[in-house]
Amino acid sequence: MTTTLATRTRPYAAQVRAELTLSLRQGEQLLVSVGIPLLLLTFFSLVDVLPKPAGVEQPVDFLAPGILALAIMSTAMVSLGIGTGFERQYKVLKRLGSTPLGRPRLIAAKITMVLAIEAAQVVVISAVAVALGWRPGGPILLVAPAVVFGTAAFAGIGLLLAGTLKGTVNLALCNGLYLVLLLLGGMIIPLEQLPTGIEALAKLLPAAALAQVMDASVTGGSAFPAFAWAVLVVWAISAPIAAAASFRWE
Amino acid sequence: MSPAPDPREPEETPAIEVAHLTIRYAEVIAVDSLSFHVRAGEIVALLGPNGAGKTSTVETLEGYRPPTAGRVRVLGLDPRRDHARLTPRIGVMLQSGGVYTAMRPPEVLRLFASYYDHPRDPDELLERVGLTEQRSTSWRHLSGGEQQRLSLALALIGRPAVAFLDEPTAGIDPAGRQTIRSIVASLRDDGVCTLLTTHDLEEAERLADRVLIIDQGRLVAAGAPAELRKAGPAGEIRFGGPPGIDVGSLGHAVGSTTEEVEPGEYVVKVAPTPAAVAAVTGWLAEHDLPLSDLRAGRQSLEDVFLRMTGPEHDPPPKPERSRR
Repeated sequence: MTTTLATRTRPYAAQVRAELTLSLRQGEQLLVSVGIPLLLLTFFSLVDVLPKPAGVEQPVDFLAPGILALAIMSTAMVSLGIGTGFERQYKVLKRLGSTPLGRPRLIAAKITMVLAIEAAQVVVISAVAVALGWRPGGPILLVAPAVVFGTAAFAGIGLLLAGTLKGTVNLALCNGLYLVLLLLGGMIIPLEQLPTGIEALAKLLPAAALAQVMDASVTGGSAFPAFAWAVLVVWAISAPIAAAASFRWE
Repeated sequence: MSPAPDPREPEETPAIEVAHLTIRYAEVIAVDSLSFHVRAGEIVALLGPNGAGKTSTVETLEGYRPPTAGRVRVLGLDPRRDHARLTPRIGVMLQSGGVYTAMRPPEVLRLFASYYDHPRDPDELLERVGLTEQRSTSWRHLSGGEQQRLSLALALIGRPAVAFLDEPTAGIDPAGRQTIRSIVASLRDDGVCTLLTTHDLEEAERLADRVLIIDQGRLVAAGAPAELRKAGPAGEIRFGGPPGIDVGSLGHAVGSTTEEVEPGEYVVKVAPTPAAVAAVTGWLAEHDLPLSDLRAGRQSLEDVFLRMTGPEHDPPPKPERSRR
C-alpha cells in the first residue's frame, strides 16, 4: 500500500520540486514576485507621498494588504503565465503529454508551486510590513479564501494568455497587464483617486476586488465588502473555465 | 478493453499497426491511406521529403492527434483512448524542443526518471549519450547536437517497448551522429520497436532494418535498404560525362538505347555486365571523352528515392509504385 502510494505520488513530488526550482532560478520572476512588492511597500511606507484613503493614518496600513494582493497577482498571473507560455512554446508541455506524468499531476504540481511561493510571499511581506509599523486586525482568517479565489482568478487569466499566445507576446501582455492592474487595482493608489468612469470599471476587475477583500480581512472595523467578494468569485470561476476551454497544449 | 483478436492476424501482435491511416488538415491530406506494421526488435525508418506526412504519422501513433480515418494501434492499444496505459511503455523524441530550457541534463533526466516505475539509471544514460561534460550546462546553452542527444536519452529513460524518434540525427555533428546510431542499434538487441523518421537517405540506410519511403502521405516503396536498391529497373549503367554526347552513336555501339537524363548524366539501358561496361568505356575512350562517374548494377537508395519521390525529370520515366 505504501509503495503504491509512493509510486503514485513520486512523479508529483518530483514535478513540484522541478517547478519550484525553475521558478526560483528565473531571476526576473523573483524580482516580479518578491522584489517589486517589497520595494513598493518599503519605499512608499517610508516616503509618504502617495494619497491615502480617508481614515488611514500611516501609509503601511493601506499598502500592506494592497501589496499582498499584488504579490498574489504577480505569482499566479505573471510567473505562472509566463513560465507556462514558454513551456508551451518550447514544446515541454507537448513532450510531457507523452510521459506517464499526465495532465492532472502536472496541473496539481503547478498549483502547489504557486501556493508555496505565495505562502512565502505572504510571510515575507507581512513581516516587513509589521517591521514598518503595520498592525493587522479584523477577520484575518478570510485572508485564506481571498488568496485561494485570487489565485484562481489570476492563474486563470495567466493561463488563458499562456495557452493561446506565442511565448514572447504572452510575456509582453502579462507584464503589461500586471502594470495596468497594479495602477487600477487600488493596491498603491486608492481607487477613489481614479476618475469616476475608470474607478467604476476598476471595481469590476479582479485586482481591485482582491485588494479590497484583502484590506477588509486585515483591517479591524471595516464593513464586509460583498460586491468585491462577488466580483472576485466570478473571476475565480470564469477565468479558469475560459483558460481550460481555450488552452492549446502545443 | 483490449480489441477483439483478429483471426487474420499473425500469431504475434505487431508493436505498431497502421491500417489505412488518413490524416487531413482542413483541405490538405497529410497522410493518405497509409498501412504498415513494425515488430518488436525492429528498426523502421519513415523516409520522405519534408511535408511527406512522416511527423503526422508518428504523432498519431504517439496519441497527439486523432486519425481522420483508418486505425492505429501501439502495443495493441489505441494511442488516444488508452493513452494513460500506453505512456509508461513508449518513448518519444520530438523533432525539436520538449525540454525545460533552464534545466541541466542530469536534472531533467532525473525528473523524467521519476515518471516511470523502472527507469534507467540517469547517470549511466547521461554517459551513454556523451553528456557528462555538460552536466552543469542548462538546455538552452547546449549545442543542437547535444540537445538532440539529451532528447534521445529522455525518450529512453523509461525503458520503452516502443520508441518514436522524429528526425533523431537532423542537424547533428558527425560524432554525435555516430553516438545516436550506436544507441539506436542497441535498441534492437533490447527488443525495442523503433520507428524513426528521416529525410536523410544515408541515415535511413545505416540505421534501419526496413525503410518505408513515403511521399505526399502515401507509401511508395518499402523494404530492407538492399531490397529497395534491387527493386529498380532490371539493368542500367549510369555515368557522368560532358553534356551533349552523341547518344545515338553510343547506343548503337553498345547495342541499346542511351539517354541523357540530365545534362551530363547518362543512362544506358543495358544489363550491367562487365562486357557492357567495357563497351561503354571503350566507346568513350575512342571518342576521347572524360568520365566523371560510373555506376553499374546496384542503384543507390538515393536513385530509388528520387525516382519515387522526386519531381519527374524529362523524359519522364513513369514512377513505378513498387510495393516490394
